Amino acid sequence: MNVPAAWYLILGALLFGIGAFGFLTRRSALIMFMCIELMLNAVNLTFVTFSRTLSDIAGQASVFFVMVVAAAEVTVGLGIVVAVFRRRASTSVDELSELKG
Amino acid sequence: MIAANYAVASVLVFVTSALLVLVGALGVISMKNPVHAALSLIMTLFGVAVAFVAQLADFLAAVQIIVYAGAIVVLFLFVIMFLGVDLTMRVRVEPLVGQRAFAAVGVVITIGGLIWLMATSHWVTGATSVSGSALATGQANVKQLGIAVFTTYLFAFEATAALLIIAVVGAVLLARRERATTAEEGTS
Repeated sequence: MNVPAAWYLILGALLFGIGAFGFLTRRSALIMFMCIELMLNAVNLTFVTFSRTLSDIAGQASVFFVMVVAAAEVTVGLGIVVAVFRRRASTSVDELSELKG
Repeated sequence: MIAANYAVASVLVFVTSALLVLVGALGVISMKNPVHAALSLIMTLFGVAVAFVAQLADFLAAVQIIVYAGAIVVLFLFVIMFLGVDLTMRVRVEPLVGQRAFAAVGVVITIGGLIWLMATSHWVTGATSVSGSALATGQANVKQLGIAVFTTYLFAFEATAALLIIAVVGAVLLARRERATTAEEGTS
């Protein structure tokens, strides 16, 4: 018998938590993007687990679209990081504080 | 104990994927050097791919390796190299007082809530929870996914094509050098 789906769901929850913690605490824009990827992967893992449990291919189709959107998001995000680095010579998000009241 | 209830192979696969995922994820958030963080990210992505294979999502596992580990992480590494490798960050600095503690509390509440939700809800219903997944039998995974994407989700699929074009054009515009464009406009 296969391992229960709950194990993979808990793994997904832990992965999401680690990604969220990294996103909240790290200050480099590049590392923050990687943490977003971690959280997206946690959600993908949950989607696939429920797809297996409920025997529904829609979960896997959703993962497919999440991957496409993640690729687009990384492309634009890294473009923004490069553009900011040209101006600031830094990727730290703490440097971007012009709008601070 | 645990291995007595479930097939040894599936337990081993789960433990392998969980170790890859968690060690890689902890590496991403703790490494000072961004290159090491990107390599840890690859480790996590492979772990997730192992979990995908174990859960009968063969096509997604292949896409996970090709698109994530092969393209997205390489893009990360390109940008890290482009901006300079010596971008070692001060991990310890805390611009907001108690930021790390607040983040830890929030994350623990989130994980606890998710696990509590899983423990208290009865989401496995119907015959599939007894007889095993029907995804394993019948059509191949790629065929099933292809049919779903090209019929039910055709509009979303076409929309992603537009999204990718917009993203590529936007990234090129963002990353282009401004000085080169003004010089070009000046001469023309």
